[in-house]
Amino acid sequence: MSSKSASGNPLSILKRHLHAACAATALLLGAGNLAQAADLNALIWCDHSDPALLQPFEEANNVKVNVKEFEGTGAGLAIVEQSQPGDWDVMVIDSIDVPRGVEKGLFEPLPEDKLPLADIFPQVKMDGSTVVGGKRYGITEKFGYNTIGFNKTKVDPADMQSLASLTSDKYKGKVAIYDYYLPVIGMAALAIGKKTAELTEADLPALKEELLKMKANAKLVGEVTASQTALATGEVDILVGGGEWVTAGLAKENPALDFSIPKEGAVLWSQSLAMFKDSKNKDLALKFIQYIMSPEGQARLATSSCYWGMPANTKAALTDDQKKVLRFDEQPDFLARAQAYPAPNADLDKKMQDMWTEMLQAK
Amino acid sequence: MSSARNSGRALPRAGHALAWALVTPALGWTLLFFVLPFIAMGFSSLTAHEGGGFTLTNYSQFFTNPSYWQAMVNSLQVTAIVTVVSVLLAYPFAWILAEQVPERWQRLALMLAVLPFWTSYVVRSYSWLLVLAQNGVINRALTGSGLISEPLQLANTRLATVIGFVHFFVMLLTLTIFANLKQLSPSYRKAAADLGAGPVRTFLHVILPLTLPGIMVGAFLTFVLCIGDYITPQILGGNNELLMPQLVMMQIGRRGDFPLASALSIILMAVVTIAYLACARWLKIERA
Repeated sequence: MSSKSASGNPLSILKRHLHAACAATALLLGAGNLAQAADLNALIWCDHSDPALLQPFEEANNVKVNVKEFEGTGAGLAIVEQSQPGDWDVMVIDSIDVPRGVEKGLFEPLPEDKLPLADIFPQVKMDGSTVVGGKRYGITEKFGYNTIGFNKTKVDPADMQSLASLTSDKYKGKVAIYDYYLPVIGMAALAIGKKTAELTEADLPALKEELLKMKANAKLVGEVTASQTALATGEVDILVGGGEWVTAGLAKENPALDFSIPKEGAVLWSQSLAMFKDSKNKDLALKFIQYIMSPEGQARLATSSCYWGMPANTKAALTDDQKKVLRFDEQPDFLARAQAYPAPNADLDKKMQDMWTEMLQAK
Repeated sequence: MSSARNSGRALPRAGHALAWALVTPALGWTLLFFVLPFIAMGFSSLTAHEGGGFTLTNYSQFFTNPSYWQAMVNSLQVTAIVTVVSVLLAYPFAWILAEQVPERWQRLALMLAVLPFWTSYVVRSYSWLLVLAQNGVINRALTGSGLISEPLQLANTRLATVIGFVHFFVMLLTLTIFANLKQLSPSYRKAAADLGAGPVRTFLHVILPLTLPGIMVGAFLTFVLCIGDYITPQILGGNNELLMPQLVMMQIGRRGDFPLASALSIILMAVVTIAYLACARWLKIERA
């Protein structure tokens, strides 16, 4: 209903035309790699740009996978909005955001019988988000936890079993916070005994208080690279919001880095693959999704050079060493204690982001 | 008589045509890459994020949310500090380059001055992070020499952001001031000396006023580039305080709130415009 009224609005029409003009320019300037129509065009996160992941698929199918990285669902959906229908074939998206793409009419239902759904960890299928109106629009490919990453030679690992340590004076100035408001707000919710799925506006004052306590202990609030660098270089000893995606990739160089799932639990992050409704290469797009979900593809994705994470497929062809670093055998216990990302509606989402802004500005 | 009049008219007309022909590419470029995107941003800033439609909410949010205000205050403070420090450091550099360095070495010195421009923002900022970090060069030197027992908190602070910016902009300012100094005729100094002015008086009353345009141009460029930069504060500031470009980026990341991001960008541009007008007006008064 709202989209209909928006479509008739002169400002919206002008905005759409301007977006289209910008998109055409952007495509001309920046996406020259879309030139070959037979290629597969994928909107991805950085872990999918690893040649070790893409090459086997490209060679097996004699195609080129053109990738464009983005950060954040909003930025990804904006790229799609500013593109022509059919420009993109597949997209990596936060599992909780799959319905946002479905609402916009972007995604094609996936054939469940052609996907290894039976091999996926049941807790990460996230049917509440990936299945809309009885149809599957996304399949979880990789997951992990926003939890506590730490240097076990610098902190007491026993302390890392409780979220309360993050706000204790013992670790003042030794903490970094991962700069993404949803998972860290989720961790703050766990710390004050709230369920991430049940957060409402009434919880915001208590959440804000907890965030401000974390900030008071923190030396920095950094995005992926900055927070990982801070932990790796010893600038901080603890990373709030960092899990295996931070420590696993650095395990060889620095085995002292580890992560814990504290007694209060951790926030489960999960990324999905979706296929575009307007894709001109749906067969190839499905093949790509099948490759990524295959044991071989899953192992390569899980250990991608950009960041490591747990493969969604229980049969991922990981080596024993890789499984050890990812703590593969402990997953059933971790999953039992993990809670999903907060999935606020637009209004609460905005309020949460404003609360996050306030936290960042706090001294 | 009439033919003479005609030829007199034809000449300026041809001149006008040539002028337009020369100016048109630049105008087209400005129209395509500045005016149109700016109009698009303006319209976007007046639409609601959810559902479209005309609204001023995006602007009112800036004026009613103290965190947003604080981002602007932080941006202005950092920019002012960077500009002042850069000018204070750049002027002596430029002076030494123009007056003390022999002509044959000036080319090499200028090349060294522009070296920071050859490095990307990201690499430069991360390099500074390694210098300023707890285990970085400075802290190791200070703790190693026994001057301090505990490492100083240098990285992830406003100081780190300012250092990163100054490193880059001091050279930009040096170049603009150097160019200004080189244009000054030596006869000004001779005239001042003939009139009994000493070196300090000559500098304060002759050289400095004559190089003010160079300083102002450089300072304005520093202001514009500094207030709009996202990378340096993001990497070196540790997100311990938000500046306007970071606030703009936050709106885009997950929520894709381009209307609010546009409104914040337009407010940022308005501040830059005010700075430009103040700069231009001040220079005009000085000249008068």
